[in-house]
Amino acid sequence: MRIRAIIKRIVQQFLRDKRSIALMMVAPLLVMTLLWLVLDLDQYEPTIAVTDVPEQMQDLLEEQDATIIEMSPNEAEEALGDKEVDAHLTWKKDQVELTMEGSDSTATSAVQQVLNQTSKQLNPNSLNMEVNFLHGSTDLNLFDNVGPVLIGFFVFFFVFIIGGVSFLRERTQGTLERLLATPLRRWEIVVGYLSGFGIFILLQSIVIAVYSIYVLDIYMEGSFWAVLLITFLLAITALSLATLLSAYAKNEFQMFQFIPVVIVPQVFFSGIFHIESVGWLDAIGKIMPLTYGADALKEIMIRGQELSAVLGDIGILVGFSLVFILLNILALKQHRKL
Amino acid sequence: MSSFITLNSIQQSFKDETVIKNVDLAIPQGQLFGLLGPSGSGKTTLVKIIIGLLNPTKGTVHIDNQKMPSLKLMQEIGYMAQSDALYSELTAKENLYFFASIYGIPKKQQKQRVQEVAEIVDLTAHLDKTLEHYSGGMKRRMSLAVALLHQPKLLILDEPTVGIDPVLRASIWQDLKKLQKQGTTIIVTTHVMDEAEKCDNLAMLRDGYVIAQGSPDQLIEKSRTGTLEEAFLQYGKSNHH
Repeated sequence: MRIRAIIKRIVQQFLRDKRSIALMMVAPLLVMTLLWLVLDLDQYEPTIAVTDVPEQMQDLLEEQDATIIEMSPNEAEEALGDKEVDAHLTWKKDQVELTMEGSDSTATSAVQQVLNQTSKQLNPNSLNMEVNFLHGSTDLNLFDNVGPVLIGFFVFFFVFIIGGVSFLRERTQGTLERLLATPLRRWEIVVGYLSGFGIFILLQSIVIAVYSIYVLDIYMEGSFWAVLLITFLLAITALSLATLLSAYAKNEFQMFQFIPVVIVPQVFFSGIFHIESVGWLDAIGKIMPLTYGADALKEIMIRGQELSAVLGDIGILVGFSLVFILLNILALKQHRKL
Repeated sequence: MSSFITLNSIQQSFKDETVIKNVDLAIPQGQLFGLLGPSGSGKTTLVKIIIGLLNPTKGTVHIDNQKMPSLKLMQEIGYMAQSDALYSELTAKENLYFFASIYGIPKKQQKQRVQEVAEIVDLTAHLDKTLEHYSGGMKRRMSLAVALLHQPKLLILDEPTVGIDPVLRASIWQDLKKLQKQGTTIIVTTHVMDEAEKCDNLAMLRDGYVIAQGSPDQLIEKSRTGTLEEAFLQYGKSNHH
């Protein structure tokens, strides 16, 4: 009954705080949408300046979705300098010369790909390859690829901020101490808090998952419920970590100082970049909850795995939460021994 | 007379600083006991030690023959902190019902208790306002109401009348006297001399020491002064040498 009283109070408080609800429910959607706009674009189409290139070759280049402009060598040099074209192709007797603008790696690789395809077509004897996909397809773009990690990250990030600050406020406004002057047990406070917030976290997980999968149409092979379970576990981990760390912050400003230290590094190590080859970098990732949440989400969403295939990740996330919760109960000892 | 609350050579240090120095107190049941001292003298620290929110570096606290901290005893204690530890987003009513549930008051009695304590602190007309719209004095009264909710045997009030207007202050003291008559033991901290005079017994606190103990009349008499204020200065002096 006492835990229920805490849950009820948190719900009442939360419903009065419209802005925090908005931050929790709408802000992740906004950020996901912006990322989707940026990452879901079609491939970059390069612009190539050509000098003395045969007609047949020019047609082939244009077939590869490159924009071709005929220029004199001087004009081309100027255009390269002004970044109006990405590369300059010159035909000299028996030699082809390519000058890249070179400051933009996306443009550089796009030019290379166009030229590779073109030379393949010029030389029909080259290896003819049929490409098949076990998971995904050629249409799998950057957003589909990092989307599962981003879902995990935003759930983690927003829960961390709101959960941490609200438990911190409980300390700074004295209500936590006031609660400890009642017969409430320390674990009842922690469990009540996590449950009360758990309701909103569950809602948030549903909103983010539904929006990403059904509105942004992120690549999704697995089951929706599996995605929901993983995001929820990740959120509980974030919440228990945030309430724990709030014990070591004196005010909101100090709470926010945990973001660059605890939250941001997790993105780098959770699967957006390939770090498997460097052992010690990989080891850092292994102590971060987001690594496991992101891995599970990728397995489910991109590779279409069942929950049974990510039991290891699930176990570790549950383990993280339990450890954080126990430490939380211990941290309250600084207020009351019993 | 056996004492209800016993403090045995309590000492409290934070890092290098000792804020409570060897305090012994014995408070009989049913008394209105005052802790008098300027700010920084250790009143709040001592109160927190009594209620179990702080573990003293040395010494023990016993209430009703049980060692503190004890969850069972927490149920018998009403506590009003120096800061108004209330939820400002919630209405007064929601705050009261929340604490009523925390103290395990049965659902059926909650409504009645909430009304009773609201009447005592004269907030019946403002129960549906959120505390953001309360004045400082109203919040103090709300804190007191919360402390009274579960009809505790022991009331510990840390500076209960700061920011409350004189008329209401007098009425709160009347209510405290009434509760005392019903058998409640009350500990009040204050830095106001005329409030201290209303207590049965006083402990004068300065720099973490209890410099004098006794009823207000005794304290004035022993120090051969005319008022509590003079007495306090007198005890402070003699304690320094």
